[in-house]
Amino acid sequence: MEKRDFHVTAETGIHARPATLLVQSASKFNSEVTLQYGDKSVNLKSIMGVMSLGVGQNTDITITAEGDDEKEAIEAIAQTMTKEGLSE
Amino acid sequence: MADSVTVAELVENVRLDVYTGEAYLKDRRITTSDISRPGLELTGYFDYYPAKRVQLLGITETSFAKRMTSAELTDVMTKMSRPETPAFVVSTSLEPPKELVKAAEAAKIPILGTKVTSSRVLSNMTSYLEGQLAERQSIHGVLVDIYGLGVLITGDSGIGKSETALELIKRGHRLIADDRVEVYQQDEQTLVGEAPRILNHLLEIRGIGIIDVMNLFGAGAVRGQTDIDLIVHLENWSPDTPFDRLGNGTESSQFFDVRVPKVSIPVKTGRNLAIIIEVAAMNFRARSMGYDATKVFDDNLNSLIKENSKKDD
Repeated sequence: MEKRDFHVTAETGIHARPATLLVQSASKFNSEVTLQYGDKSVNLKSIMGVMSLGVGQNTDITITAEGDDEKEAIEAIAQTMTKEGLSE
Repeated sequence: MADSVTVAELVENVRLDVYTGEAYLKDRRITTSDISRPGLELTGYFDYYPAKRVQLLGITETSFAKRMTSAELTDVMTKMSRPETPAFVVSTSLEPPKELVKAAEAAKIPILGTKVTSSRVLSNMTSYLEGQLAERQSIHGVLVDIYGLGVLITGDSGIGKSETALELIKRGHRLIADDRVEVYQQDEQTLVGEAPRILNHLLEIRGIGIIDVMNLFGAGAVRGQTDIDLIVHLENWSPDTPFDRLGNGTESSQFFDVRVPKVSIPVKTGRNLAIIIEVAAMNFRARSMGYDATKVFDDNLNSLIKENSKKDD
């Protein structure tokens, strides 16, 4: 199991557009990918789930991947996070 | 694309009465949608006489003619009756001047009449002729009327366009054209689609063959033509093609000068395309009536994010 913490710095949080992109990059992998925010956790391949959290600025999230390509999945998601300016 | 329309077709579709020249209706051809009001011609000015156009006479023209001498009028009417002049139309149930009747008869031009006013018949004739004479384009797809919205279903051969149309018809919607849709631009914002006459009401379903929708499902299941409001493009589902997940896409296709909004829908076993297309049409309708679910959700989400955001300390 691969796990990584992110600190969301984007002023607009994880709003609709970046949520779509995160889901897109997670969906490319076979691993089960989860996003943990506070006490709630959702499947990162579900767009409605991710958006329903309303992840705000200066909050922490944890992304977990489990499966045969978990390392690559976390790496790709981390790249999307940085590229979209969601976290540093 | 039709190069011309016969006067007989004009009479039938715009509901005109035939005053004289019944026999020439089928031979007289109209090649332009412009209509001429011969006013200055009555005064003898023929430098720019648009002879190819349908000539429309109303109260102004006929009352002016009454002030002319019979010799003057005969001269003018003869000049107006050119071999390429398709027809004369007299509005408001007015009596055509007898000099015109004579000149038109000599040149084998029919004289048509109508109860309605000049401006009314002018607009009816223009809109009919524009539709008939407009440049046409043939599109591979199926055109269906869903809740009064013209939806053009496109996609590769064999993806299931006709089968989807069949299911839509079963659900109470109407078929306009299958496989080949003829489209033309009615005005700057409107694109109209219809079936080539030979394919009217027909649907081809692999494994069954050609079926006549009107015959099997009744007159309520078909429609002659419709404005095209939305394009639904069916695409084979593939993990690499990103599809619109939120519904804020701004895809569109252009035909002539008209941009038509478009949605791409992934096709995958187990997805009921007819229902999805029906919902796409309803959602599009709701949006054009002012309610955009995506926008409302987006606003709600942004305020939730703001609530959840913490001050950096």
